[in-house]
Amino acid sequence: MPALPPANAANYSARETARRTRLLRVLLPALSLALVLLAIAWLNPRAISYFGFSLMLNLAIPIALATIAQMFVITGNELDLSIGTFVGFVGCVTATWLRDAPLLGIAVLLGSIAVYALLGALIYLRNLPSIVVTLGMSFVWQGLAILVLPKPGGKAPDWLMAITGFKPPFVPFPIIAALLIAAVVHFGLMRTSYGAVLRGSGGNPAAIGRAGWSLLRTKMVLFGMAGVFGVLSGMTLIGITTSADANIGNGYTLLAIAGVILGGGEFMGGRVSPVGAVIGALTLALAASPLLTFMRVPPDWQVAANGAILIIVLAARVLISRREA
Amino acid sequence: MVDARTILVKLEGVEKHFGAVRALDGVDLNIFAGECVGLVGHNGAGKSTLMNILTGTLATGAGTISISGSVEDRYSVSRALALGIRCVFQELSLCPNLSVAENTRINHPSLKGIGWQRKAAALIAQKLDEIFPGHSIDPSDIVGDLSIGRRQMVEVARAFTVTDAPLDLVILDEPTSSLDSHTAGQLLDFVRRFVGSGKSCILISHLLGEVLGNADRIVVMRDGKVVAADRAAVFDRDKLVTSMGGAAAREKVAAEAAKGTREIGPICVKARPARQRDDMQLVARSGEIIGLAGLAGNGQTDLLLAIFEAAGGSRSGIEVTAPLALVAGDRQSDGIFPQWSIARNIGIRSIERMVRGMLISSRREAELASRWQERIKIRTPDMNNNILSLSGGNQQKALFARALGSDARIILMDDPMRGVDIGTKLDVYDLIREEADSGRTFLWYTTETEELDNCDHVYVFHGGRIVANLSRDELTEEKVIQSSFDEAV
Repeated sequence: MPALPPANAANYSARETARRTRLLRVLLPALSLALVLLAIAWLNPRAISYFGFSLMLNLAIPIALATIAQMFVITGNELDLSIGTFVGFVGCVTATWLRDAPLLGIAVLLGSIAVYALLGALIYLRNLPSIVVTLGMSFVWQGLAILVLPKPGGKAPDWLMAITGFKPPFVPFPIIAALLIAAVVHFGLMRTSYGAVLRGSGGNPAAIGRAGWSLLRTKMVLFGMAGVFGVLSGMTLIGITTSADANIGNGYTLLAIAGVILGGGEFMGGRVSPVGAVIGALTLALAASPLLTFMRVPPDWQVAANGAILIIVLAARVLISRREA
Repeated sequence: MVDARTILVKLEGVEKHFGAVRALDGVDLNIFAGECVGLVGHNGAGKSTLMNILTGTLATGAGTISISGSVEDRYSVSRALALGIRCVFQELSLCPNLSVAENTRINHPSLKGIGWQRKAAALIAQKLDEIFPGHSIDPSDIVGDLSIGRRQMVEVARAFTVTDAPLDLVILDEPTSSLDSHTAGQLLDFVRRFVGSGKSCILISHLLGEVLGNADRIVVMRDGKVVAADRAAVFDRDKLVTSMGGAAAREKVAAEAAKGTREIGPICVKARPARQRDDMQLVARSGEIIGLAGLAGNGQTDLLLAIFEAAGGSRSGIEVTAPLALVAGDRQSDGIFPQWSIARNIGIRSIERMVRGMLISSRREAELASRWQERIKIRTPDMNNNILSLSGGNQQKALFARALGSDARIILMDDPMRGVDIGTKLDVYDLIREEADSGRTFLWYTTETEELDNCDHVYVFHGGRIVANLSRDELTEEKVIQSSFDEAV
């Protein structure tokens, strides 16, 4: 019998196709970002400048952080419908207690991360659908936010505004921050050895359990990380806007989900990409407001136009990945 | 002589009940160091439950487990791993979204820190080279991109990798079910070397020849008990089948198949593989059982799927003249609806016939289900139970019932008998012959050469093309293998 079965040739080419498909899926978020940037450059060339990017991407960082938070939850085949109101709650705490009573503020924020981890434990131990639990939690966070800050107002701590207002030379701050977030999370989730276990818990939980890993722990870590990035998102949001409102983060829930999917993630199977998620969030942030303003869409219609863009972009992604598959 | 050797694992009076079902009913089993134990029995005989207990994924109901002489009263997955007991599970335990190297890391907590990816890649590559020379799997390949056979190779190789935990016993549950005969041979050779170095192995297989040829000792289970255990040399095929409680041996298959004087009707399928360069094509007449053979992953499944799609619309090179149904090979991902009952899983292909007004008649659904429960012998107290309550073989029977209970005249089978016990197989073979007699056509891809005995003629595939068309009289294993490796086409 020949040492090397000739069957390998056929399998090899099949594997090459799979590899190419995956490469395309990885490049897709970058392509959509480039497309939005091109449209903006065509409509308003002056926007492509240090100052233009600083303005346009101003709110992209909190969105990127919320998207990363959502991505951790999706890694474990769950969905977080409360991230938006959670960001709002963190914002309210940041604009009040964190400034007036820093110790209390820090304690509350750390406590809210612990609550997130416990939600993960609850979902795992009672085998509850995460959609139900987090939908319920979204009202809890909203209610707490209103308790903390009944009327829009408050003020961000000065040190926080100093950080978010930082103006580095040559490259706008939001771009540096986006690169940093993408790099840190990519390393943590895609390169570390425990990151592989976390992603595996979405790919084949039974296999992870059989190898002796605690699925309770992976679920708690994934939800806990969502809490961490949710807190970071709320804090940067307040640093940028300088004051808070209980409803400030409500739109983030769907933006975050869309950002993960646009970035090449999938709802099931632990297939996510931190770099893609950040790019997805940037694309959505740009497509949301600056692009529409340059297209002279009246503000009344911007929210609806926003939704339409979301549908078009996501549909394009589905179409392309299906044709390749 | 037996008593002089070290006992690695000793099970005494192990019991496990699931509700009213006694999966294990007092099992005593010894595994000695340096032996390969073959474990055989029908699906549902308790083999998988026993292995789950040995690997710590299930707790025992009663009885004791002793490893290397000490009784383990708090046995768990991590305890089993620490004691050097590993298992290759029948349904694969790889994460499809991770690379081969990352999947290796999952099993080795010590692979961490700087450079863990390089270490994991080297570890698995070295083991793959050792077991399956010429495998062409790269540690950076994403497992989901690999064919099912390659995934099984990775899973097997991973079980034999060693870092800091010891490795004394590897349980192989149907390890060759998705491998072609070449790679299966490589694996079995490796198992002999592994056992020769003083380690132990439990080989669970429905391929009795594989067990007879490779095990030192054979343990037969039936109805949750060990009913026979002796040196392999004492057994032959017939004796094994008899002690398993099997109805008949393979000779019966061949005899039954040969005596058929079936009415062969008009042509109902003509298909040319997309990569075929000459004018060879697959032709099936109604009432025929056609085999698709060759090494795994050489275009057999692709052609079946192309035929399946051609029924819904036109496709160049393929003609289909009758309704068809597909019995999937990868039943977990392509076959069953895991949330549904057995009855609903069977009925889904025949929904048009069961509607009354706008609703599905639950009476007709139940009728269809109970008719097929009887015909194909699905072992369950209630067809309204969830499909996952069935053992693997019985799930596969339900999928056959789905196809055969429908109006399809052509049944496509994508290696459906993977990991199914011989009793189930014989039941299904009989049924296929009966159905062919009544004019149904079967296109049957199988990786088990023995199954080709059931076919009227066999197309051998290689590199996505048909390379040979053998009638039953010409059919031998050598001939199939020879054609599979024949490049000059």
